[in-house]
Amino acid sequence: MSILLKVENLSRSFGGIHANSDISFDVKEGEILGVIGPNGAGKSTLFDLITGFTKSDRGQVILRDKNITNIRPDLICRMGVGRTFQKLKPFADQTLLENVIVGALVKEKNLKVARDKALEIIDFVDLIEKRHHYAKELSTGQRKRLELARALATDPKLLLMDEVTGGVDQRTIPGLVELVLKLKKNGITVVTIEHNMKIIMDISDRILALNQGKRIAFDIPKNISQNSQVIDAYLGKVDAA
Amino acid sequence: MQFTYSLLLPDRKEFLEDIKMINNISAKLLEAKNEPLWYFNKNSLIIIGVVVLGLLLFPFTSPSKFAIHLMMMIFMHAVMAQSWNVLAGFSGQISLGHAIFFGIGAYASAYFYVKFQITPWIGILIGIGISGLIAMLIGIPILRLKGHYFAIATLLIGISFQVVFQRWPEVGSSSGLWIPINRESPWSSMQFHKSKVAYYYISLIFFIASFFLVWLLNRSKLGYRLRAIRDQSDAASSLGIHVSKYKIIAFIISAMIMAPMGSIYAQYVLIVDPNNAFNVDISILVLLISVMGGVGNIWGPIIGSAILIPISEFSRIYFGGTGHSIDLIVYGVLIIIICIFRPAGIVSLIPRSFREREKAK
Repeated sequence: MSILLKVENLSRSFGGIHANSDISFDVKEGEILGVIGPNGAGKSTLFDLITGFTKSDRGQVILRDKNITNIRPDLICRMGVGRTFQKLKPFADQTLLENVIVGALVKEKNLKVARDKALEIIDFVDLIEKRHHYAKELSTGQRKRLELARALATDPKLLLMDEVTGGVDQRTIPGLVELVLKLKKNGITVVTIEHNMKIIMDISDRILALNQGKRIAFDIPKNISQNSQVIDAYLGKVDAA
Repeated sequence: MQFTYSLLLPDRKEFLEDIKMINNISAKLLEAKNEPLWYFNKNSLIIIGVVVLGLLLFPFTSPSKFAIHLMMMIFMHAVMAQSWNVLAGFSGQISLGHAIFFGIGAYASAYFYVKFQITPWIGILIGIGISGLIAMLIGIPILRLKGHYFAIATLLIGISFQVVFQRWPEVGSSSGLWIPINRESPWSSMQFHKSKVAYYYISLIFFIASFFLVWLLNRSKLGYRLRAIRDQSDAASSLGIHVSKYKIIAFIISAMIMAPMGSIYAQYVLIVDPNNAFNVDISILVLLISVMGGVGNIWGPIIGSAILIPISEFSRIYFGGTGHSIDLIVYGVLIIIICIFRPAGIVSLIPRSFREREKAK
């Protein structure tokens, strides 16, 4: 598999806090890369740096052979990087269909074609019956699907998903996980931040573990689960004595 | 991701079932694709038709001069509020300096008529063009500002325009421009001294045109993008929308809708001076009208204008002069009531089925 995204020594500080320090990793085409780490590890900042929402202090982001470091978010989207947000950002006063049409308009010039494409994607995320509901009327799980559909409508090569299963009830989680796997099946490369360790271990091809803004591990799930630094980061250091 | 559903022709119903089986296509999806892009509520279309017809016939009912004047003011303020609504309601930027474009429109038509005898009809177009250009020049630096910072910037730029025109001899400084009375060619000079009916129809045409323009905008790709920016600018940006560029476009459109009202008003009163043309009250009034009617809704400015302008005009009649600002007190009370009980404006009292964005259920 060829490398789709390469991140090299990406760093960003806020005042004296190093949100990301020399983060390096790559994403192979067609894989699911999980990003884990305790709260404040710098996961969402990493997404913001990749997608241009936050400017990096140093390091670079390479999409295929193109340097996209510190480029405007809308241009990065047009280059094929879609994203969802940890704190959901639906267009609340617009319908689900209108939300997704906005994404489809990135590639489609004709409104009717964009509408039809939006409908196909809404169907893909299993919300076709809710298409005329206002975003503010949808449940959290449905809003997650909305954000996913909106990002998919932009035809991304790479999709960054920030906490897909965060804040939704247990019954909704399997459907969302299934959706992520469906994305992979459709050839979309996914980088996903996830707190649920069982899910991330099950769905990821590789995992990037962060702690206090630093990369502590980057490996396949089996090795990550046995990595002492990852265990320490999640459980705290266990005194040998 | 490859979606092949769109390759299906909706009229090939005889094969549909087989194709659905093969492609596992959701029947709901096919049904959804056959829906029209926009729904038109028959009842609201009939009401619009009847109202437009009534407005066209209104001057034939022998109304008083005041009634004609009042209707004109309602139309003009509805257009101005609609202009403000394009910026605030569609792209989420609150302007406190929209009088700039009213003033530019007024000065453009008056200046070219007074200095070069260019008909105000052309002057209106010049005013529209200059307003668009000024909006772009102002918009590029200040539309990077968000929320109240943008509002403050527009307020101060509006005041600056007033000060500049007060000190600019070419446009008459503080005295402004006095448009010479022309009784011989009313249409080319856009001066109607015998009756206000012509002004009524001119403002009505702009009223209908602005409504139609914003209606189209609402349904265009631009409308989708602007509403996305208004609701969540970060999300809009993540969906490939160049937020600053589209805010500037909204600002330009907004300015170009506002300018003709300044021109028409200048031809109506035949005098343009900086204190009136760039008066901050105009900027506040168009804001109040939109807020009262409903920001972000195409009907809001019309409803707001139909309520607030009569209050203003009647208080002027009953209390003399400028109405001793009684209208402002009434405005204040009404706005407080609206903000508490109907934050989405009076338009939210109208059942959703009568409003434009009714969806199929």
